[in-house]
Amino acid sequence: MGLFNVFDIAGSAMTAQSMRLNVVASNMANADSVTSANGQPYRAKQVVFQAKPLNDKMPSGANGVVVQKVIEDPSPMRLVYNPNSPYADAKGYVTMPNVNVVEEMTNMISASRSYQANVEMMNTTKTLIQRTLALGQ
Amino acid sequence: MRNLIDQSFAFQEKALQVRGYRQQLLASNIANADTPNYKARDIDFKKVLQMAQSGQGMAMAQTSARHLDGGSDSGIAGIKPMYRNSVQPSIDGNTVDMNVEQAQFAENSMYYMTTLQFINGKIQSTLAAMRTN
Repeated sequence: MGLFNVFDIAGSAMTAQSMRLNVVASNMANADSVTSANGQPYRAKQVVFQAKPLNDKMPSGANGVVVQKVIEDPSPMRLVYNPNSPYADAKGYVTMPNVNVVEEMTNMISASRSYQANVEMMNTTKTLIQRTLALGQ
Repeated sequence: MRNLIDQSFAFQEKALQVRGYRQQLLASNIANADTPNYKARDIDFKKVLQMAQSGQGMAMAQTSARHLDGGSDSGIAGIKPMYRNSVQPSIDGNTVDMNVEQAQFAENSMYYMTTLQFINGKIQSTLAAMRTN
C-alpha cells in the first residue's frame, strides 16, 4: 500500500533532523573550544539536506530527506584579546570557534519543530492505515 | 455478479488511491521543509481522479518489454505532480510553506477517512442486500 511510503519519508526526515540536532549540540558544546585534535580551533559544522526518492517503488514527486554531507562553516573565526592564553598570537589575540550561539539556538528550535511535524504526520498516517484495514468491519 | 460488485467500488477505490498518492506528496513536502532548493509539489485532485477514472495515467505506456512499468504498487505512475506557487519564498530556494502543507495534509487525511466511510457504507448496504431473503 502506497501510504506506507509516508513512514519511510517521515522516518528519513526524522533521521535527518536528529542529525542536525546532533550537529547543533556539537557546535554549542564546542563554542569555546580553542583547540581540537588537529591543533586548530573548532569550526562550526552544518548539515546539508537533500531531497531523494528513498526506493524505486516511490511514485514521482515523493521524496525523502537524506543528509548529503556535513560541511564546515566557512565564516571567519572569532578573535578574542587574551594575551595570557597559551594560544594567543604575537598580538595577543586568541582565535576562537566561529560558532554563532544565537544561530545554533534557532537551528535547534527549527529542527525540533520539524521533527515534531514529522511525528504528527506519522501518527495521522498510522490512523489512516488502521482505518483502511478495518474496512467492512 | 462479482464484476458488478467490483464496478460499484471502482470509483471509491480510485479516489482512495489518488488520496493516498497525494498524502505521500504532502508528506514529502513536509519532510523537505528544510531542504535547500526543494520545490513543494502537489496534484490537482479533481483532474488526477478524472484521469484515473478514464484509465489514463494509471500505468506507464510500454513500447518495449524491458521498460519499467512504473511500479505496480503505486498505481498512479505517469501522473506528473505540479509545483506549488509559494506564498513566502525563502532565500534558500525552498518553496515549502509549513502551515499550508500541514493544512493540506490534515484536509487530505480527512478526505481519505471520508472516502473510507463511503466505502464502509457501501459494504454495509451490499451486505444488507445480500442478506435480504
